[in-house]
Amino acid sequence: MKLPQFEYASPRSLDEAIALLAANDGAKVLSGGQSLLPVMAFRLSYPSMLVDLRQIEGLDRITLSDEGVRLGARVRWYDIEINRDLQNAHPLITEMISHVAHFQVRHRGTVGGSLAHADPSAEMSGLAVVCDCDIVVRGSAGERIIAAADFFKGSLETALRHDEIIVEVRFPPWKPQRRWSFQEFARRRGDFAIAGVAAYFDLDPNGRMSDAHVGAIGVADTPQRLPTVEACLNGQRMTGEAITQARNAARSAIAEPLQDIHAQADYRAALLGTLTERVLQNAMGVNQS
Amino acid sequence: MNEHVPFVGRPIQRVEDLRLLRGKGRYVDDVERPGQLHAAVLRSSVAHGILRGIEASAARALPGVHAVITAADLGNIVPRIPVRLFPNEAMKPFHQPVIASDKVRFVGEPIALVVADTPAVAEDALELIAVDIDPLSAISKMTASKCLAPLFDACETNRAFDYRVRRGDAAAVFATADYTRRERLYVHRHTGVTMETRGVVSEWDPVAKRMTSWGAAKVPFANRKILATLMGLPEEAVDMIEGDAGGSFGVRGEFFPEDFLVPFAAKMLGRPVKWIEDRREHLLAVTHARDITCDLAIACSKDGHVLAMQAELYVDVGAYFRTSTTITPRNVGQFIPGPYRVPHYSADVAVMVSNKSPSGTYRGPGRFEADFFRERMFDLAAKDLGIDRVEFRRRNLLSEGELPSAMPAIEPDPIVTELDSGIYEHVLDLCLDKIGWQEKQVLQGKLIDGRYHGLAAACFVEGGAAGPRENAKMVLEDDGTVSIYVGSSAVGQGVQTILMQIAADALELPMERLRLFHGSTTYVKEGWGSYHSRSTVMGGNAILIAAKELIGQIKTAAAGVLQCAPDQVTYASGVATSAQGGSVELSGLGGGISYEATFSNNKHTYTYGSHAVHLTVDPGTGRIDILDYVGFEDAGRIINPLTLHGQSIGAIVQGLGGTLLEQFVYDSEGQLLSGSFADYLVPLATDFPNIRTEPLELRPSPNHPLGAKGAGEGGTIPVGGLVSNAVAAALQELDVQPLSLPLSPNRVWRMIEDARMKKPYS
Amino acid sequence: MTQVCFELNGESVSADVESRLTLGDCIRHTLRKTGTHIGCEHGVCGACTVIVDGDAVRSCLMLAVQADGRKVTTVEGLSNDEELTPLQLAFREHHALQCGFCTPGFLTTAHNLLMKEPYAREERIREVLSGNICRCTGYISIVHAVMAARPAYQNRPQEAKQ
Repeated sequence: MKLPQFEYASPRSLDEAIALLAANDGAKVLSGGQSLLPVMAFRLSYPSMLVDLRQIEGLDRITLSDEGVRLGARVRWYDIEINRDLQNAHPLITEMISHVAHFQVRHRGTVGGSLAHADPSAEMSGLAVVCDCDIVVRGSAGERIIAAADFFKGSLETALRHDEIIVEVRFPPWKPQRRWSFQEFARRRGDFAIAGVAAYFDLDPNGRMSDAHVGAIGVADTPQRLPTVEACLNGQRMTGEAITQARNAARSAIAEPLQDIHAQADYRAALLGTLTERVLQNAMGVNQS
Repeated sequence: MNEHVPFVGRPIQRVEDLRLLRGKGRYVDDVERPGQLHAAVLRSSVAHGILRGIEASAARALPGVHAVITAADLGNIVPRIPVRLFPNEAMKPFHQPVIASDKVRFVGEPIALVVADTPAVAEDALELIAVDIDPLSAISKMTASKCLAPLFDACETNRAFDYRVRRGDAAAVFATADYTRRERLYVHRHTGVTMETRGVVSEWDPVAKRMTSWGAAKVPFANRKILATLMGLPEEAVDMIEGDAGGSFGVRGEFFPEDFLVPFAAKMLGRPVKWIEDRREHLLAVTHARDITCDLAIACSKDGHVLAMQAELYVDVGAYFRTSTTITPRNVGQFIPGPYRVPHYSADVAVMVSNKSPSGTYRGPGRFEADFFRERMFDLAAKDLGIDRVEFRRRNLLSEGELPSAMPAIEPDPIVTELDSGIYEHVLDLCLDKIGWQEKQVLQGKLIDGRYHGLAAACFVEGGAAGPRENAKMVLEDDGTVSIYVGSSAVGQGVQTILMQIAADALELPMERLRLFHGSTTYVKEGWGSYHSRSTVMGGNAILIAAKELIGQIKTAAAGVLQCAPDQVTYASGVATSAQGGSVELSGLGGGISYEATFSNNKHTYTYGSHAVHLTVDPGTGRIDILDYVGFEDAGRIINPLTLHGQSIGAIVQGLGGTLLEQFVYDSEGQLLSGSFADYLVPLATDFPNIRTEPLELRPSPNHPLGAKGAGEGGTIPVGGLVSNAVAAALQELDVQPLSLPLSPNRVWRMIEDARMKKPYS
Repeated sequence: MTQVCFELNGESVSADVESRLTLGDCIRHTLRKTGTHIGCEHGVCGACTVIVDGDAVRSCLMLAVQADGRKVTTVEGLSNDEELTPLQLAFREHHALQCGFCTPGFLTTAHNLLMKEPYAREERIREVLSGNICRCTGYISIVHAVMAARPAYQNRPQEAKQ
């Protein structure tokens, strides 16, 4: 499983990287390499050139401010893991990212690399969608912002143009009193999620939910918000009945769930329901003040 | 004079570790021969078809490519690999050709060998070879009847061979029994999957006309014989060199096509050739295993005594008969009774070919499957009869007085074997006690915190110490150290340390005064290797014989030095002493004393034991969590409790992997869908942390001087049946009865859903 | 071909490599340090783990050219000929290796973990080691060995990143 041949470039600036992409049709961006290199080892992809971002400075910052968290595209999973301030500012990020792969991969894999790869089970993609992130990209036509909801087009397919590189991901401000939870089901620790559900909502003094965000990974070609589930929650108290309704809504939310050797479609749908139920039960236990 | 403190029986830390922990192992890919080239194998991407043509000119023209070898280069007749174990004339049509010539029969079958300057260039060249195959319909599920596209002209039905196992008259008993039950059970395809993939480095010496291959393991001597025959060389002209091997579990070390193709290429090109399998190839082309369907029937008396069992088995061995293919169908047929009293028994074993990777032995071959079939059936029968499952086992376990007990007879190519010694029920009691069986019965079938709890217990036997022989040679060096050469093969099981412990005690020397060399054909005149858990018994006993003879020669040599008669010399702890009081150390004898011993054995040993498990099932996801797993095994005599414990834990984890995670999935076209480590799931450190085992030495084997019983596979054998029984116990309120493996979350969830649909659920 | 220069086990090395050569293959075949093993080439098994600038990484998922200017440590760099290190002693004592093929990857991973988290608990150790596959031992002895090695990493003076 030796890699196919390719030209290698390690530019020192983002503009240089963009120019290389623009000038070479078969060029691909190399960030952590944890998703791209295995694909090439199986010879499922033959990029004519790899444009390595490793010498470009300024893309690896984690910024916390009143405007919300910003993660530079070259931020690694490990950088997120060890950042206590980030965990306090936006605990859902830390929780979801803690499920990504394993120790060694976490020292190399990056936020931007994962988003650009767009695996249907990726936690980072699910995080971006459920939190309504903005993804900032730059190409030869300049910089633009793509809403996460518009970013993922299909399995391993994004809205990125060929010469565009992700620069950072911007999260909306996170309310500290928010209830949240994330659960995924995988065959073994660190495996791709067969299904995963993230949820957060606010509670008013009467215990009624609002601004509910529920997202799922691993069940469809792209990460999904689950509006029918959110509709069961907004304006309601978290009663057993509300949870049951939410579970049933989740179970039928995806018309054609993914199917593979680990999980058939109906099982995935059932998992989606079960995980939604457990996530909502768990979210009520969070942030007890 | 210092009295020798025995090494046998003590948890001696391994000698091998000193190199391996420093990264100084010497595995086949660490071998670099001057001028070596690199090979890559072009494999069929079609499961079944007529091979019309191979167009390799573009590949040959790629800079760095030295050759593209196909069947056309091998002469008129493409050599085929023989069956090594229990061969039979009728199996000849199913021998695997070393390279595809007229047909391809499985995805992964070698079609061409590219030899190039680097592995990467060789792989590049593979993509430039065009292969023309007319596809035929692929058989990826067993069929017992005539089918559209038989794999071999000689066999229309794909039912390639049959075994019959008989004891008494089962049919007559079934006609009159109080209780009978019949079920169809299935164990899926999975296999050893070693951490080190396969590899061969071969070099031809044109002057001496000698072929040397590195990377041998498990059965180097047998492979030397096969290679010599296939290449038309005298056996003495072939050396198989064994270094370190990254695991075997029964799959590495048998003779594969590459074991011919690489030496052939080396001879043809006049340069050393190295081939290292990659992981994708490994999953496709290494020996597969299991994949057995069993129609099993049991007949009992009202009070739960097993009167008879009848089994109709279909073993899917893939596209060809490998060197070790016969063992699984034989074992599964013979071992369904296991350690239990089954007075009347019949098994008909059909060996089926299909368009999947060829199968052979994998840890507990046929025994893992047999135990699944039998232990499941026992729990079903016990439930029907209203008898406690453990009590049912007590009533049917062979007692010590009934041993030795002959295994049922197998035809053709019979082997007479008997369970040698043991106190089966006592070990069951130890196991039940350790897991807290009595106290935990209250948890059976209970739903606690959203999980169903279940426990089960199972008994098993493990066959070891296959004959016919093993060799050990001892050489007294002139510095007083002893070099030992054995035919046993090291595949990670600690054979070097264990055999040195035995030798050290036999010679009454500290281990530091010994060095031990294993496996390579250059070491002893004849050797047999490591399979069927035989190295400790066979290699160990050969060492005992060699040591005895060596000491005799030492005494004779000492007599010369001490000027007395040999019968006046005593030997102890490295010193020979005469009756007159003179003494000489081993270093004073001038070296040059050696002896090569052969230990012959045709009596297998039977390690036995009991396992118990406490698990939970999450009905929402189908996930099974092992809360506690307890294993007891009586190995007769424990040479090294540290390594034995390691074997039992490792074997159990492989059994759990085979029960819950690992699976070769084929689609209807014969394409392997679980072809990487992302899809073929082996256990990780987080999966099964709660395993406790205890080795015992209660009943040594009476069959040979060492008393030990082969014990590398036992841990795997009962796992499938045990875990399935515990799952059935956990889900008893839904009456979920698993009859096939694996128990993956999706399958368990579906069983629960199906069960719920049938019952009105309040 | 590109020239790549880096520090390997404390020594400066350089090699002319194709861009497609992985760091693992470079270490093993170009630089002849065969202690690091290749088990899958697709980033799952961990046998190829080495330490780059203080982080354990899968050397099959890194290009040799990406190691330029870095500090790389392999299992050989964590060993000496005179005696076994505390981690190696613990592995031997607990019989945490059988065939030894996965062992270098476990040693580099465990060493890196204990350098970063010398008080790591059993569950954390198990979690981190889930990134390395072993087919022989069943893992329990490996986890125990790493736990037993912890004291040697605690109260250690801050060493250069390794």
